[in-house]
Amino acid sequence: MHTIFALATARGKSGVAVIRISGPAAHEIGSGLAGSLPQAGQAGLRVLRNATGAVLDQALVLRFDEPRSFTGEDVVELQLHGSIAVIRAIEAAISGTGLARMAEAGEFTRRALLNGNLDLAQVEGLSDLIAAETEAQRRQAQELFSGAMRGFADMCRHDLVRATALIEATIDFADEDVPVDVSPEVGALIDKVISRIAEQLGGYQAAERIRSGFEVAIIGPPNAGKSTLINKIAGRDIAITSEFAGTTRDVLEVRIDLNGLPVTFLDTAGLRESDDVIERIGVARARSRASGADLRILLIDGLQAQGDFDPGIAVDLRYMTKSDVTGSGISAVNGDGIDQLLADVSRILMDRVSGATLASHERHRQALERAHALMMVGRSCFIEGSVGAEILALHLRDAVGALDSLIGRVDVEAVLGEIFAQFCIGK
Amino acid sequence: MKHDAFDVVVIGGGHAGAEAAHAAARAGAITALVTMRKDTIGVMSCNPAIGGLGKGHLVREIDAMGGIMGLAADMSGIQFRLLNRRKGPAVRGPRTQSDRALYKAAIQFFLAAQEGLTVIEGEVADLVLADGRIAGVELSDGAIIPAGSVVLTTGTFLNGVIHIGDQKTAGGRMGDRPSVRLADRLRALDLPLGRLKTGTPPRLRASSIAWEKLEMQQADDEPALFSFLSDRPHVRQIACGITYTNQQTHDIINDNLSRSAMYGGHIEGIGPRYCPSIEDKVVRFADKASHQIFLEPEGLDCDTVYPNGISTSLPEDVQRSYVHSIVGLEKAEILQPGYAIEYDFVDPQNLDPSLQLRAIPGLFLAGQINGTTGYEEAAAQGLMAGLNAALRARNSRSVILSRAQAYIGVMIDDLVTRGVAEPYRMFTSRAEYRLSLRADNADQRLTEMAGALGLITQERQQRFAVKMDDLALGRGFLEASLFTPREAAEAGIAISQDGQRRSGMDLLAFPDVDLAHMDVLIPAFSQCTPATREQLATEALYKTYVARQQRDVSAMLRDEAQQIPSHIDYSDIGGLSNELKGKLQRVRPVTVAQAARIDGMTPAALALILSRIRQDERRSA
Repeated sequence: MHTIFALATARGKSGVAVIRISGPAAHEIGSGLAGSLPQAGQAGLRVLRNATGAVLDQALVLRFDEPRSFTGEDVVELQLHGSIAVIRAIEAAISGTGLARMAEAGEFTRRALLNGNLDLAQVEGLSDLIAAETEAQRRQAQELFSGAMRGFADMCRHDLVRATALIEATIDFADEDVPVDVSPEVGALIDKVISRIAEQLGGYQAAERIRSGFEVAIIGPPNAGKSTLINKIAGRDIAITSEFAGTTRDVLEVRIDLNGLPVTFLDTAGLRESDDVIERIGVARARSRASGADLRILLIDGLQAQGDFDPGIAVDLRYMTKSDVTGSGISAVNGDGIDQLLADVSRILMDRVSGATLASHERHRQALERAHALMMVGRSCFIEGSVGAEILALHLRDAVGALDSLIGRVDVEAVLGEIFAQFCIGK
Repeated sequence: MKHDAFDVVVIGGGHAGAEAAHAAARAGAITALVTMRKDTIGVMSCNPAIGGLGKGHLVREIDAMGGIMGLAADMSGIQFRLLNRRKGPAVRGPRTQSDRALYKAAIQFFLAAQEGLTVIEGEVADLVLADGRIAGVELSDGAIIPAGSVVLTTGTFLNGVIHIGDQKTAGGRMGDRPSVRLADRLRALDLPLGRLKTGTPPRLRASSIAWEKLEMQQADDEPALFSFLSDRPHVRQIACGITYTNQQTHDIINDNLSRSAMYGGHIEGIGPRYCPSIEDKVVRFADKASHQIFLEPEGLDCDTVYPNGISTSLPEDVQRSYVHSIVGLEKAEILQPGYAIEYDFVDPQNLDPSLQLRAIPGLFLAGQINGTTGYEEAAAQGLMAGLNAALRARNSRSVILSRAQAYIGVMIDDLVTRGVAEPYRMFTSRAEYRLSLRADNADQRLTEMAGALGLITQERQQRFAVKMDDLALGRGFLEASLFTPREAAEAGIAISQDGQRRSGMDLLAFPDVDLAHMDVLIPAFSQCTPATREQLATEALYKTYVARQQRDVSAMLRDEAQQIPSHIDYSDIGGLSNELKGKLQRVRPVTVAQAARIDGMTPAALALILSRIRQDERRSA
């Protein structure tokens, strides 16, 4: 296994820059540069020199010994002055030892995964954490990174192992003092796991939205003030506005942090019949993006008699615009009611994410769906009593197998261990 | 004195040794079985029964490969019972009580009748090595028996110590000496030895039991036998008595707990969780008011009864008083006290999958020395060790059964890959492919292969061929035509009118459809024998599940085909945790599939091992 190193902070001028070295030669390289390394888990101030003895920088040096490091390997971290030239000089000195190579993207994390310091869901959590832009995203990523998915899977697995053990006990110890009818407990355990998995799946969409962001489409008849509103929300002019109806043709996007939620507002072409080919395409696009969005805001021009305007799709919020002229509704020109509009959007989205669960990646959803489907088959077999215990046990084992893609693997020893702890086996 | 040279020498005449010697000789090796006492070959030291759940499967597999345990059990069986008769066919296990004397006589008969097999009476005191390989054995009288391969089956004799209360005597079984010199020799070889414990109950005089007070358990009306060659029991069938411990029994045991060898701290060996002593049961399951006891006669004309369920290491006087507290046993006479026995075993992770000790090429281990418990587990290992010892002696490739092929394969893989923490017993739940590893199809899984190895007789070949023909015929009937839901309904099969056309096999898979329906639908099917019809119904029942598991099986077999070179150095694969490195060094898996089954193995670690194999291949290419 090669020793790898990389700049762990963003490249460029900064107060501090961190270079991380990981692998079997990390300590050797570190002490070569720093003269000596501090104790494991401690930091020490050192002067870094290259092979010829030239001083490169004064740095805070941290040492970690395997397996108690991020990667699970020996690690040295150098906290340098954040100068482009210093970074280059240190990198050159490390390369010059011939003991390490530059890390590939994600390689430190991959090693942490290989060494069992992180499970797969934690790696996903870490990558979400690094990408997090809003508070809700940070909280979500933090939870995943903390190993909560393993906790969830372990909880389900515990109940499934227990259910399997009860069934196996009636098979393998038929001649012994084990309860003959284990169905009430098995049934309860199956239902418990199914409802837990269903809960995860129920909250998946909200969780996934927190991770990838919500879309809010602004629709309405031409010249209702949609582009003016989006410019107001963005705080800058991103859409061309004019008094001419049909100015906006394509869909424009603005991404903002709305009370911690990542929200993308879509400005769309005004909805009307048109002979203009380009405008017709724009209207079709507006309809299709709007129907795919999480929320639709309908704006009605307060100056026109458009109260009965039918956009052709269901909308969540409705506002009359141009209150600066009409005196009622909202106005993106003077800002009337815009805070209320944003608060309305925020309230609806917050309500939706309140059910968000841990499962936030497509991979999680697939594994959970698979486990759920197998459990449902097992459950109906169990209730109908149409199959033997040996087949029910197979369904449960397969369900555990599906949950395995989130965690480790089920093990017959675990099942037997549960049996022996519970029943007096042995004539 | 110098003996003639043998291809294979088997040490020990218990269930592992007898099966090993017979298998080696069947495989064409000139074989010797060395035992301390000829007349104890085939003795049932513990309970007088063969088979059970998982264990019955093992016996069928031994039989399918031409072994002797199934035949001996059939010849001596006095109470055949198919366990789990009301559960699915995959988890039914044949079992019988055996007449001890008849069982032993049958085993000795088969060994005597086997060509190429010599029985030598003597105590093996040492192993003869040459260049680190096995070259023979040395007897306590100094005589040397040269051998190409040696199979060691020491049972509980290796440093055996018998405990009754605080009384401690060296012994391999009540009344027999232990093998101390051999144990010292194995210690000197630096083999990783551990200590296990097992126990037996006091033996009772049958005529002193008040049978009229007891509930009796009869043999099955339609006995399920072990051997594919047997048609009916050879001897009269008897019933067993059932009784229970009570509060008074438990009080006596609790009051004397400190006098038990186990609770008095005299025993260091680890006993099996599934075969606890009565003191263990009373302590660990204190809330249970009573425990079941089966009173099993040890033979047809024998006055000894084995009370299954009350094994103990309490002193004799306590045994007497708790036995007398039990209904029906108030006046029971104890013929031999119960005892616990501790013995040495070799960590089976030191074996390769052919049961050969990696450190000493040519030395094979089988039975309790590998940390297992049970006659059937021992015999199954004996069969494979004897076969592989014979194959090695003639430089042929060893035979390894996979987990998808046989319970024997599951057991040996568990042993060599995961080791043991307590005496290992077979359970059906250990077999992940148990829906296809059934007692009824053991011959279909193994007999053809055994035939190619020359392990089976012509009679068995013929019987097998007839069975396969009949199955093919029956399957043909069931698959030949497709029926509409209406046709099915006319035959009395309630089925949704979905327009789907189904074969007889498809229809049989439905829970409410049985063979009688098939006779209406496909009259020709009734020509098949009852056994064939039954088996095809079982095949139909599991068809979809077996097909679903087939993907897993193929994936496993693919990994099984990926060999790991024996010289691989795990210490030098970065990214592997030290714990896994240690386990890999100890187990030294032969294939990637085996490595995957090591406790705690992760997909990531497997990927590292695979990439190292590839690297090495590229380097040497």
